[in-house]
Amino acid sequence: MPSTDRTSRDSYYGRPILKEPVWKPEVGLYLFTGGLAGASASLSLAARLTGNRSLARTSSLVAAAAVNVSPLLLVKDLGRPERFLNMLRVFKPTSPMSVGSWLLAVSGAAQSAAATCELLDVLPAVRDGAQACSGLLGPPLATYTAALLSDTAVPVWHEARRELPAVFAASSCASAGAAATLIGNDRATGPARRLALLGAGVELIATDIMERRLGLLGEPYRQGGAGRYARAAKTATAFGLGVTALGRGRLRRAGAALILGGAALQRFAIFEAGKASARDPRYTVAVQKQHVG
Amino acid sequence: MSGPRGDGIETYHDPQQRMGFFTDTSVCIGCKACEVACKEWNAVPEDGLLFTAESYDNTGELGANTWRHVAFVEQRVETKDDTTDAMRWLMSSDVCKHCTHAACLDVCPTGALFRTEFGTVVVQEDVCNGCGYCIPACPFGVLDRREIEDDGRVWKCTLCYDRLGDGMTPACAKACPTESIQFGPLDELRGRADARVAELRDAGEQDARLYGADASDGVGGFGAFFLLLDEPEVYGLPPDPVVTTRDLPEMWRAVGAAALGLAGAVALSMVGRRGCPPQTARAETPTTAVRS
Repeated sequence: MPSTDRTSRDSYYGRPILKEPVWKPEVGLYLFTGGLAGASASLSLAARLTGNRSLARTSSLVAAAAVNVSPLLLVKDLGRPERFLNMLRVFKPTSPMSVGSWLLAVSGAAQSAAATCELLDVLPAVRDGAQACSGLLGPPLATYTAALLSDTAVPVWHEARRELPAVFAASSCASAGAAATLIGNDRATGPARRLALLGAGVELIATDIMERRLGLLGEPYRQGGAGRYARAAKTATAFGLGVTALGRGRLRRAGAALILGGAALQRFAIFEAGKASARDPRYTVAVQKQHVG
Repeated sequence: MSGPRGDGIETYHDPQQRMGFFTDTSVCIGCKACEVACKEWNAVPEDGLLFTAESYDNTGELGANTWRHVAFVEQRVETKDDTTDAMRWLMSSDVCKHCTHAACLDVCPTGALFRTEFGTVVVQEDVCNGCGYCIPACPFGVLDRREIEDDGRVWKCTLCYDRLGDGMTPACAKACPTESIQFGPLDELRGRADARVAELRDAGEQDARLYGADASDGVGGFGAFFLLLDEPEVYGLPPDPVVTTRDLPEMWRAVGAAALGLAGAVALSMVGRRGCPPQTARAETPTTAVRS
């Protein structure tokens, strides 16, 4: 057989091999609100257990707000929003979205109950029980979304499956700590401030490790929309970390706001980098040719 | 994976033979009868008859409204004496692969996607709520959300599940005039495909290869596999597709470790002063310490 020209051999008219996720920015925002809700619920429980009533209340309200906004964002993104209850039709451990739907439903109900008792100052036993339930479900709620993204064929998500949960966990700690520092009482938010600093620090390190280990696939984090989000996230988190650590009063709150914004931007960077890597067939082929050897 | 042991048919009380497609692209003439027959039978809506400037291709890719897609690859060919500039056309009718280990089915949170008694993978249109998870899970980019007619659900090839139930051949295979699309029991098709590759290689077509016929590949073999004349990526197909859920245990372990880390970080943050460092050093007197 005659040999063929190789110029047209790396893709089919440059078309993507994968379909880009159809998820709208609401889902990117949910990655943030879900993390904020989960870590805040745990922070509230820990504060309750150590007798820090003021912080327990603050974080309980933050968690309740975030965990109630989350399903609204997700339902809005469905192609058939009126069928949202089908999410609870089955329980499938092979589907992180199924696991997450149940987590969100149970922890959402528990956190709402806890926050309602907190606000009305009634039924302390119900409040504590519900907060314990929500607080224990908080860590999985904040991190399962990493498995949700990794469990796709999207190159930058699937290949980051070992690092993504750590990034999400750290970013969630940073969010919960920063939110409580921002709106809580200074005399009670010492633990929240420490959690924000710890979370923000680990978030910066874990993100850096993830992007390095991705090698060629780290490219989407440096280019285009995802690159802008990633740079903005790192800048906001790093500045926020410094200001929250050193600042007092209003300055500290400004730092907390920066950490909160950095965490949200970080989720959008990951969300957009995934979409960009699905659009370009080069990434799909490169990863698989390495597997082939 | 939902079915790491078998292809899923074994879970039925009355399992049928696993049925599939063998698409022999070496005899495809690009007539698109398969695309048309599929649209007609399955009432798939029109999605824009576009001029793509990509040879004779006007549907571009598989999607919610294109369940058979004929690709037209134009390649320049150097002849032996290198005097004439010739070209060759590769034509290939792409379709859902009906994977043995189907990622779309594994990740579907509503159970809308299911394995039929014929071993094929089908979306139940009355259950799908359009969450879109199967779309990036598919390593071939087969599934997509139907955005026209306010539909919002995900659609793909059903391997004519309704026709199979009545012992009929799927519409595309029935319409194919060159038997490029062959339908039948998967075992039988695999045997036929092996013979065809040997025949083509004997005839000098050294690049002829089967794609998706190997049960030990990343998705456990395709229920709809292909004979290609070049690398898969030339046709817009992934070279080594993997069912994403193969790595799910590893992902859940990483999530578990991260969740424990989060809990540990929250616990650790409780150690230390209750309040934030106060506004001024002077205010840092014991009287401001509040026990709440």
